[in-house]
Amino acid sequence: MRHLLSVADLDAAAATGLLDTADRLKQALLGREVRKLPTLRGRTVVTLFYEDSTRTRVSFEIAGKWMSADTINVSAKGSSVSKGESLRDTSRTLSSMGADCVIVRHPASGAAHRIAGWADRDAGTTGTSTSVVNAGDGTHEHPTQALLDAATLRERLGSVAGRRIGIVGDVLHSRVARSNVLLLATLGAEVVLIAPPTLLPVGVREWPCRVSHELDAELPALDAVMMLRVQAERMHGGFFPSAREYAVGYGLSEARQALLPENAPVLHPGPMVRGMEIAPAVADSPSSAVLAQVRNGVHVRMAVLYHLLAGAPE
Amino acid sequence: MTQTTDNLLIRNARPYGEDATDLLVSDGVVTEIGTGLTAPAGTETFDAGGHVLLPGFVDLHVHLREPGGEESETIETGSHAAALGGFTAVFAMPNTDPVADTEVVVEHVRRRGEEIGLVDVHPVGAVTVGLKGEKLAELGTMARSRARVRMFSDDGRCVNDPLIMRRALEYASSLDVVVAQHAEDHRLTGGAQAHEGAVASRLGLTGWPATAEETVVARDCALAREAGAALHVCHVSSAHTIAVLRAAKAAGVRVSAEVTPHHLLLTDGRLTSYDPVNKVNPPLRTAGDTQAMREALAEGVIDVVATDHAPHASQYKDTEWAAAKPGMLGLQTAFSVLVHTMVEPGLLDWHGVARVLSERPAEIGSLPDQGRPIAVGEPATFALVDPDAQWTVRGAALASKAANTPYEGMRLPGAVVATILRGRITARDGKVAL
Amino acid sequence: MATARRGDAEGAQPPVRELLSAADVTRTIARIAHQIIEKTAFGPANAEDLVLLGIPTRGAILARRLAAAITEFSGAAPAVGSVDATLYRDDLRRRPARALEDTAVPEGGVDDKLVVLVDDVLMSGRTTRAALDALRDEGRPRAVQLAVLVDRGHRELPIRADYVGKNVPTARAEAIHVLLAEHDGRDAVQIARAPGEERPVVGDTEFTEGADPA
Repeated sequence: MRHLLSVADLDAAAATGLLDTADRLKQALLGREVRKLPTLRGRTVVTLFYEDSTRTRVSFEIAGKWMSADTINVSAKGSSVSKGESLRDTSRTLSSMGADCVIVRHPASGAAHRIAGWADRDAGTTGTSTSVVNAGDGTHEHPTQALLDAATLRERLGSVAGRRIGIVGDVLHSRVARSNVLLLATLGAEVVLIAPPTLLPVGVREWPCRVSHELDAELPALDAVMMLRVQAERMHGGFFPSAREYAVGYGLSEARQALLPENAPVLHPGPMVRGMEIAPAVADSPSSAVLAQVRNGVHVRMAVLYHLLAGAPE
Repeated sequence: MTQTTDNLLIRNARPYGEDATDLLVSDGVVTEIGTGLTAPAGTETFDAGGHVLLPGFVDLHVHLREPGGEESETIETGSHAAALGGFTAVFAMPNTDPVADTEVVVEHVRRRGEEIGLVDVHPVGAVTVGLKGEKLAELGTMARSRARVRMFSDDGRCVNDPLIMRRALEYASSLDVVVAQHAEDHRLTGGAQAHEGAVASRLGLTGWPATAEETVVARDCALAREAGAALHVCHVSSAHTIAVLRAAKAAGVRVSAEVTPHHLLLTDGRLTSYDPVNKVNPPLRTAGDTQAMREALAEGVIDVVATDHAPHASQYKDTEWAAAKPGMLGLQTAFSVLVHTMVEPGLLDWHGVARVLSERPAEIGSLPDQGRPIAVGEPATFALVDPDAQWTVRGAALASKAANTPYEGMRLPGAVVATILRGRITARDGKVAL
Repeated sequence: MATARRGDAEGAQPPVRELLSAADVTRTIARIAHQIIEKTAFGPANAEDLVLLGIPTRGAILARRLAAAITEFSGAAPAVGSVDATLYRDDLRRRPARALEDTAVPEGGVDDKLVVLVDDVLMSGRTTRAALDALRDEGRPRAVQLAVLVDRGHRELPIRADYVGKNVPTARAEAIHVLLAEHDGRDAVQIARAPGEERPVVGDTEFTEGADPA
């Protein structure tokens, strides 16, 4: 594995391998005073973030540091990015400085693919080798989020295969949904997308999942439910009439949670809009896997870095 | 216009792919057609090698980028590409900097084309000032200027406001000019990056719904009908639009339509690499759409092939998808793509190629001396093509300043052997004749 | 199924000879168990003191078997677990990233304990070195010892086993396969001779009891 750009690059064996590694890493660090592994000593990992995301950036940074990589954070603010340097020049500069891995978050779908393409082209001429990890590109994908969700589901449900997982909310603008649908389907789960038609992309019928507009009808048969973030700007984009109507139709209230099977985990990629997407009592209930997701995020990202950087270069 | 007083004897050419013959040209006009012609001493003889002779191609839709975008293309480099592609006339879209919305700019474009002299460069005037869609540009002044503008368009932008479009059509009807519409309801395509469908949904690219084209074409046909004006629909991309065009034509609306070579051949399946060389507006659509385009072109519902030749320097393309400018090169590959998509499958014969690449575009663009039959007394303005040739497209080898061809590395059939503009050879064997 | 071990020549199909039978393996494990009890003075009084940590995969199995044997012979059960040294290896960059194995440190931890690392084959010593590093991050044992089923020589680091089941002089290109029922379906130790390599090399290994005369 040279890059992690899309979960579509992972078959079931590769995805399971990453999740297993994440489990082992979690186990290896469990209860230890020294949460540091020497595995990536001397490797340089750069997070290149063109969007604010403290959560994802810190998670990657911790993952890198716990593996002893030198992690450097570059954010679009306060770097040459804001002076209008192209993505190509910025990413190639980081590669030339010796970054072994560039973890990129960018508002444009496909940005990580482009950086990987430039890195591969440069590798052919300069012999430098830079791995690229997609930490969220536009409305395309967020592969490590899907992996940490799968890790969390595996932890809570024992397995992913054969489970029915509901994904609720703004699928249209959600890279988390895209990555999750693909990864969960690859791992053998049955995925149901539940959203109003305005928040589902044209073409969704060709995704490996089922589509529903009726949350209440789906909840009793779900093994787990994943709530998506509804960004504030969507509320004014005419995608649905009002936050109140959205909450009535698609918010996970306490009453709705009661429709789920007992102990069915509730996931949310965060940050949560309490009240609209998810009732505070649900978010803080024992079924809520939100903090487990965050915890697993570090181990999953360590696993990704391990698979990309620890072995012999391909 | 560059006039030549030289004579030219074209030997062994097959007009429209028919029997080989010779053509004698004098003062840019065909004076004799027949086998075994003899010419006065000193006449230049050109051996056409038994290749197919067609009227010179006319492209209703190119972007030559001058003035203002010279890092991507100039009227000179674009003229080279046009001549090498078999074109003898091109219509240069007004989205330059400054915008071609005044007689000064359109006359500049016209004059630069004449100075270079490889192809007739006809400036397209802007419909609205600054392409802003708010206020009509001085259509009459541009039409009556030395540039004699016969086509107006805000191409790149749609004249979205129905009232402005209505006024433009009404006003144009009195000038006997055509309004060419880039049909895109911008309210439906906010942030659009790709054809709205399965591929875009997977790639997370905001969709450009086909309805945004279809609805504007339907509206404009109605407006043109009421105004009695001539409407030309640029780069039709959606199968749904064809039904609208067919109905409008059947109802007698003066509407014509073009399709680009890339919308005949390429689909959004190419987008998975995120390489913006495939980014174009309107976007590449589905295989069903390309098939519908081919059938509509064969049927005549779509009148012409126009390239929408849109050079972009690498800094505008070697970026993330969303930041890249839409557009692709087309002048030097148009004929080959047409052979591949229309001639080889038997959808068009050589008369059909002449119709969609030369005769109809010349009519739509009101060019009296282009797209004429190959006959005595007609202008000696030709494209000589070898349908059996094969070549591999290399963007760097194309004459355009930019290299953004989507056909990079593709092997395509059919080559332009020579281009002749009013008796003068402008391109021959892949080289511009200067 | 026999697995190519670290340092093996890969890809060849050499003749395979059995060094230890299933009964030999059982006997050898029993002997090491006795040696550990003897050397550490292990018994119910200090049962808390001893931790056996196997290096996966087969070292972890051996550690469990040793623990069972020690329990049987001494009447006290030592703590047993596993420590995967992969993340501490110095040769990670030489091969594609490999799967990680179980690390399971017993509840009482390793601080101030006597830890016996258990592995199936000792060769270069690099795995042991990595395991020692991993152990350091787990805590601070009072002392660390090493038990191996087979010592085949070719040390590359100053590392020596405290308990050796069998010393086997080998050529570098030869392969030692340790088979254990839990993982491989049966117990055995085999040597696969590399073609064209006839001369066994005695490394830096001391010949102790049980050295095979063959």
